[in-house]
Amino acid sequence: MEHNEEIHVEHSHGYGIYILVWLALMSLTGITVAVAGINFGGLTIATALIIAAIKSFLVLKVFMHLRSESKTFRAFVGVAILFLLISFILLFSDYSFIVRN
Amino acid sequence: MSSQEQAAAHVHRDDVGARMGMWLFLFTELILFGGMFILYSIYRYNYPDAFHLAAKELNTIVGTFNTAILLTSSLTMVLAITAIQRKQKALSVFFQVITIVLALGFMVNKYFEWGAKFHHGIYPGSETLLAKPAGEILFFGLYYVMTGLHGLHVIIGVVLIGIMARFTSKGIINSDSYVKLESAGLYWHLVDIIWIFLFPLFYLIT
Repeated sequence: MEHNEEIHVEHSHGYGIYILVWLALMSLTGITVAVAGINFGGLTIATALIIAAIKSFLVLKVFMHLRSESKTFRAFVGVAILFLLISFILLFSDYSFIVRN
Repeated sequence: MSSQEQAAAHVHRDDVGARMGMWLFLFTELILFGGMFILYSIYRYNYPDAFHLAAKELNTIVGTFNTAILLTSSLTMVLAITAIQRKQKALSVFFQVITIVLALGFMVNKYFEWGAKFHHGIYPGSETLLAKPAGEILFFGLYYVMTGLHGLHVIIGVVLIGIMARFTSKGIINSDSYVKLESAGLYWHLVDIIWIFLFPLFYLIT
């Protein structure tokens, strides 16, 4: 059990980065709201989702400390998101195929 | 605090494992909400016009305001962890209390938002709603279920962070051992991420 004590990766315990990320998140929210009024046709929803994905990435990486976690954590999260995306893409492509035929 | 002391005091402690467990739980949450997002996308694909029309009933300003509140609460949560890492106990408790206040503010807005809808007769199973086209009924059904489930998560988060604030002030959570606070933080950030997607999908359909 001698290796059981926590080895903290002593990343910078600064407040600055979090405030910067918060500012970025708020700006991105502003952009989403502003852009929603413009009609890009089919791209409108894509734009909203891309901005949401960028915001989620920032939250995962910085707020949820993935940047200072080990590779195992990043692999876990990556695989989880990948499989969620796969189920989305497969289900949706299958469904739109059924509807069209 | 020597590392031997720490090891002796917490022989059965595994912070990395605890965080990993929390992440695994978050993946199940991802699947819970993911299923609903699939349902949403299928119905939106089927009823694009009805979804646009129904979304106009939602108040974009309240939605944007609530997004800002939730993002700020995520910031104060992560600052609470930084504060405890820096041994600033009082500051950490303060940030946790601010997080709770912001979360409650979110719920108060939600209360008024839903209250206004109810006042206009738009609630699940109401005559006004059932008289609308199928696509709009589905939109509001998804709106109530998805934002409702999200709201439930916010309430659970408030209770969790409340317990963590008590633990912090009692010293159970301290600069040596703060994995409980980190796990509560992870949960809170996931609730934030879900809202990041709910917001444009319900409030910003023009």
